[in-house]
Amino acid sequence: MNAINWNTSAQSRATRLARAASLAQGKRVEASHAVELLEAVIEPGDRVCLEGNNQKQADFLAQALTEVDPARVHDLHMVQSVLALPQHLDLFERGIAKRLDFSFSGPQGARLAKLVEEGRIEIGAIHTYLELFARYFIDLTPRVSLVAAQAADAEGNLYTGPNTEDTPAIVEATAFKSGIVVAQVNEFVDKVPRVDIPADWVDFVILAPRPNFIEPLFTRDPAQISEIQVLMAMMAIKGIYAEYGVQRLNHGIGFDTAAIELLLPTYGESLGLKGKICRHWALNPHPALIPAIEAGWVESIHSFGSELGMENYLRARPDVFFTGPDGSMRSNRAFCQAAGHYACDMFIGSTLQIDLAGHSSTATLGRIAGFGGAPNMGADARGRRHATPAWLKAGAQAREGLSGVAAMPRGQKLVVQIVETFREHMQPAFVETLDAWQLAEQAKMAIPPVMIYGDDVTHILTEEGIANLLLTRSDEEREQAIRGVAGYTPIGLGRDRRMVENLRDRGVIRRAEDLGVDKRDATRSLLAARSMRDLVRASGGLYEPPRRFRNW
Amino acid sequence: MEKLHFEFKGNRSAGQFAPLLVGVVGSGNLEVLIEPQPSSGACAVDIMTSARGFGPIWEAVLRDFHDRHGLADVSVSINDMGATPAVVSLRLDQAAAQLGNAGARP
Repeated sequence: MNAINWNTSAQSRATRLARAASLAQGKRVEASHAVELLEAVIEPGDRVCLEGNNQKQADFLAQALTEVDPARVHDLHMVQSVLALPQHLDLFERGIAKRLDFSFSGPQGARLAKLVEEGRIEIGAIHTYLELFARYFIDLTPRVSLVAAQAADAEGNLYTGPNTEDTPAIVEATAFKSGIVVAQVNEFVDKVPRVDIPADWVDFVILAPRPNFIEPLFTRDPAQISEIQVLMAMMAIKGIYAEYGVQRLNHGIGFDTAAIELLLPTYGESLGLKGKICRHWALNPHPALIPAIEAGWVESIHSFGSELGMENYLRARPDVFFTGPDGSMRSNRAFCQAAGHYACDMFIGSTLQIDLAGHSSTATLGRIAGFGGAPNMGADARGRRHATPAWLKAGAQAREGLSGVAAMPRGQKLVVQIVETFREHMQPAFVETLDAWQLAEQAKMAIPPVMIYGDDVTHILTEEGIANLLLTRSDEEREQAIRGVAGYTPIGLGRDRRMVENLRDRGVIRRAEDLGVDKRDATRSLLAARSMRDLVRASGGLYEPPRRFRNW
Repeated sequence: MEKLHFEFKGNRSAGQFAPLLVGVVGSGNLEVLIEPQPSSGACAVDIMTSARGFGPIWEAVLRDFHDRHGLADVSVSINDMGATPAVVSLRLDQAAAQLGNAGARP
């Protein structure tokens, strides 16, 4: 009987390291040898994680990977949370990579769809962040990971700065399964301010010629917030936040939620809600939240990533943000996603399409955008067991009058979709059939790419009012509640007026006037900051917006 | 540009009041001017819009506005630069609220 070799991956690792030995001095490799290094440590068919985060990008290593010889390195299986850079897709065009498992592809969504259509990329699946990180530890463990950090010391300890993001999850999965970790850094230092990744988890460190790219994804210029968004924000605060006493929450990335953040210290204050709502957040450091933080609304914020320009502000508010002994913020996407899923009572965010069952998707024809973290935030946490008033109230509304298995008292997460009935160019946000169905067919996906399932959505908020789906008792009622806030879209115009009025009488649909929201108050003057400059002022000069947002 | 005209029979005469203007003409926005039209018994709406082909949506938006307020003896002039129905409804409601505030009652 042949003895089984239980150590093949460590032996493979040793072979790879031996091939690369001549290129490194200790762990350090010159940038000019980056391509050779990748050719030495990566083998055909490898599963490779290229750190593409929501914000921080291992851009130098991405470029180097596109320059390897496809005769030596090919058929790679890329696993990465975000496809942000053109290089991420160049890999497939050049025959270096073949298969892809990912979460989000916002900026590259159109090109990705085209490559899939041409049969040049096999997509394994589109994941949520947490789901993809989970698979790094089960069946998508990387053989080689290419990551980005701010600084490294002589031994190879890494300091990530505030944009730690995905790095710990990626490195842990790779390093403890005999994989190889290559890091690009912006600088070498004698001593890192803090150790975000210990040196013995890192194999090679390259000083990149340019600092890694970071996208200021969460900066919303208040000057672009419309009166309709102010109106919707007023309805959200009065009709949902106050109604349920939402203390712990996550906000999406759009202008709709930025408007809510900017209304807390003004409209929220006038309703006497300070201390009653919005105290604990799973949220990136949104500049739009500065006025509320400064007005004492916010007790704590844990972040997925950081936001460019917010560094000094975060440093100066350690009671609110999670900061290291060095003073800079520490983010961690995996932990914050878990926090948003299990420890928040509400998610509110926007979408591109909602159907008559309330299913919502950002996948539109010609674009495969993925979802990022929204599905983790925007899903009831079925494993949750701790109770809060907001969670209990939502659960009670959903279960009222039901018998059998549904009679067991249980809470529910509030999942709110906030959309204007028409998007730009009069594209209706409400549709009979999600584009996701057609996209699934085109890209041969097993299931349509739905961002938030209808049975997780509890409220749909438009300029026409709030539909509380927790209170609907049949598919027909659910459909009419959605039509009832769909305004003048074909879906809205197709509503049964009598049924919608009945739903309104029952409080399933509540319009601005039902909530006591006076539309005359819906003006931009209600925003606590009306420009980027106002945000800087509110921060006492600590917030330093990226140049492209400096419009004064 | 497209010109549209709608007329609705009203039951709430706005009486006499100074002409009232809300909104601004700008991309995605519109201007609404409401003037008295004594003893017409109707709410007459004239629209100049930069977006062609949305007549049925205008009619639906205005019908709902009229159902809410039932104004009579007024003429409404709208100068639109591609505002969404949401903005149109908001401006009309703002104008009607100001009219109400001005103390004009039947």
